[in-house]
Amino acid sequence: MSLLELRGVSKSFRGLKAVSGASFEVAPGGIHALIGPNGAGKTTIFNLVAGVYAPDAGEILFDGRSIHGLRPDQVCAAGIGRTFQIVKPFAGLSALDNVVVGALHGFKDVSAAKKHAAEIMEKLGLGAKRDMLASSLTLPDRKRLEVARALATRPQLLLLDEVMAGLRPTECDQMVAVFRELNRAEGLTILLIEHVMRAVMALAQRIVVLHHGEVIARGTPDEVVRDPAVLESYLGEETEV
Amino acid sequence: MKRLVEGVPRRGLAILGALLALLLVFPTFASGYLLSIGFLILYFAYVGQAWNIMMGFAGQLSLGHSLYVGLGAYAAAALYFHFGLSPWLGLGASIGISAAAGAVIGFLAFRFGVAGVYFAILTIAFAEFARIGFDHFAWVHGSSGLFLPVANYAENDLWNLRGSPTMFYYLMLGLTVGAFVLCHVLLRSRMGYYWLAIRESPEAAQALGVNVFRYKMVAVMISAAMTSLAGVVFAFYYNNLFPEQIFHISRSIELILGPIIGGVGTLVGPLVGALLLTGLSAGLHEVMLQLGIDVPGIRQVFYGICLLLVVMFLPDGVWPPLAKKLRLRR
Repeated sequence: MSLLELRGVSKSFRGLKAVSGASFEVAPGGIHALIGPNGAGKTTIFNLVAGVYAPDAGEILFDGRSIHGLRPDQVCAAGIGRTFQIVKPFAGLSALDNVVVGALHGFKDVSAAKKHAAEIMEKLGLGAKRDMLASSLTLPDRKRLEVARALATRPQLLLLDEVMAGLRPTECDQMVAVFRELNRAEGLTILLIEHVMRAVMALAQRIVVLHHGEVIARGTPDEVVRDPAVLESYLGEETEV
Repeated sequence: MKRLVEGVPRRGLAILGALLALLLVFPTFASGYLLSIGFLILYFAYVGQAWNIMMGFAGQLSLGHSLYVGLGAYAAAALYFHFGLSPWLGLGASIGISAAAGAVIGFLAFRFGVAGVYFAILTIAFAEFARIGFDHFAWVHGSSGLFLPVANYAENDLWNLRGSPTMFYYLMLGLTVGAFVLCHVLLRSRMGYYWLAIRESPEAAQALGVNVFRYKMVAVMISAAMTSLAGVVFAFYYNNLFPEQIFHISRSIELILGPIIGGVGTLVGPLVGALLLTGLSAGLHEVMLQLGIDVPGIRQVFYGICLLLVVMFLPDGVWPPLAKKLRLRR
């Protein structure tokens, strides 16, 4: 059984179809990527899964249970962590306290949450920056902070929205290594939106390609890059691959 | 006790201890007038602290906190006036009614997405409803005001809150210390972290599993309940209540000046702000009196200048840079 399943999910904004009839599955323990040109509806799908919007049609199942109509905090409680494409740090709090807020989801005791948060920051290479104000972090560090916060809630499924953007290739490879390790050691399932093909190709076991709100291809990275529809709509314009 | 002071700089504890000692012995040498200023400073420090929970911690701007002062004052005063009920029992009603009023406002706002400035307007509206409503509320004598019987008591009657200004001073001191400790504990609790998260980014907080609606409601209700206690003391200290005064918007504004000038969202800010504002304005009044100059409304002008200076030069309030100077903070 798949951990996350979208069945014919649609969402319109004032008549504009952002997502139409999208269906795909994410297997437990897998790393899947959601790719597509700008405006393809990738972030909208994340927001639908995360409970920010309710779909107009279709169904979203998590662990076999419909998560339709759940609020974002309930979706988090169900076991889905997410990052924001446009980072939303708690600017006035220290980096550590940002992560502590996430950790408090699982640890009711503040000192236990702090310990857990510090471990996660260490894992993501933010250890030295724990006492800095989140507002004074660089963008790559804020992206890492987004990931750290989401991870601190100890999700089963992690939704990553362009966390590699703006990272240098070596930093990108470090991040990829972190996700691989989390996936391997803790069985964390990951669904990522990414434009950096270097990361997508290194991480994703399966790729879903979105174009104009519709799923136009899905499969292994090798299959997808050979798909003529994909080449035409998306990869044809990219030379990175 | 050990956990309470954990991580607090020793210098900070020493300064707080010295301040507390000073406040404790203050009535032994202060004149009647100075004592009344001391009472006012503590009063504003306390209500500022209560307001700060809502605005400074949870990020919800209330410009109608006079509502909770007034409801608290009227509830306890009316129960004492009509039934001779001790304010220590009456304050249960004060807390209940104010928290309920806060819950109604919070529910309306947070359920229907009224936020920011619109939320602030809603809080003003409710305080104004109360002001106009109480003007016609015959049980508490409407606009002609509720007067508590004043008699000369040979000794302080703490149970009925009838007694000397010194008693009220210590009562207010107790409340202020209590509020300070409570806020300190709250800020370090799970709820405190959640409030700050909501203040900084409600969307991100929600994505991390925080039930934003619930925690905002709790912040409003705690703030309202705490504020109502100040109303109870206010009623029994001044012995008269007029809807036109106690629910007036100027009272709401007055009580938020302290924390704004001291530092919104900080623990010490409301204290510093109340000390500066009330202390300095009383000093100014005294100087003007000595010089024989009588300028009506000088206090308001003074408040305005203070606010202007702080907003221009110390947008975070007086406390954060002061704390840095005293090396109490990084």
